[in-house]
Amino acid sequence: MMMSKIVRTISNLLAPFILIFGLYVIMHGHLTPGGGFQGGAVFASGVVLLIVAFGSHNIEEKLKEHHLSILESSGALMFIGLAFGGMAIAFFYNFLTGSPIFGHIPTPGPNSGDIWTGGVIPLMNMAVGLKVIAGLSAIVLVMALASHKTRIEK
Amino acid sequence: MRKTAATISLGIVIACLIATALLIHPFGHPPSQMDDYIIENAQSETGANNVVTSVVFDYRGFDTLGEATILFTAVTGVVMLFRKKKEEIAK
Repeated sequence: MMMSKIVRTISNLLAPFILIFGLYVIMHGHLTPGGGFQGGAVFASGVVLLIVAFGSHNIEEKLKEHHLSILESSGALMFIGLAFGGMAIAFFYNFLTGSPIFGHIPTPGPNSGDIWTGGVIPLMNMAVGLKVIAGLSAIVLVMALASHKTRIEK
Repeated sequence: MRKTAATISLGIVIACLIATALLIHPFGHPPSQMDDYIIENAQSETGANNVVTSVVFDYRGFDTLGEATILFTAVTGVVMLFRKKKEEIAK
């Protein structure tokens, strides 16, 4: 079930910006307000916009539900793996601080922000972001498909 | 009988809420020094500018693990409920 041409054109224009903003919030989670959960929710709301505008069946051709489930599980595994990475000292220890990967330490207090800081935090943001993107998109997609089916049966 | 029980329990709940509101710590004077420690040391210890994220993903990562588990369980339940069955796909 598609919506009118006006809605489709506008959501075509807006969707890339919403999706990129979601990815930006995830990637800059250790510098600016936001993080994996928030950015994932923004990205998933962009997916919801596309589902509403173009119909769940057209989206499902590009975005299969079982692929989303695999993405979500891999995000969860990445998160727990990173948590176990610091197991030498403690569960959830930030073992990347000071290392070459994401290891810079900023000057305390206000600073301009360096993307290459934060140790394990940016990686965890990405893992959680992947998980939230895939999880919320899968929820909405599956529910939209099911409601579409019930409407046809009626 | 049920009405009196409901009244008594409501009274207990209200009394607890009022007691909590009276006993709460004054604004700006938390009972522990942990927040001061985190505000002063989060940047140098974790390297992240966003102190909230460094609390969520580093100091209290275990809490975030629980949050992620809740999301995982929710997705599993919804997908299990609404997924198409095999004979429906064949149609």
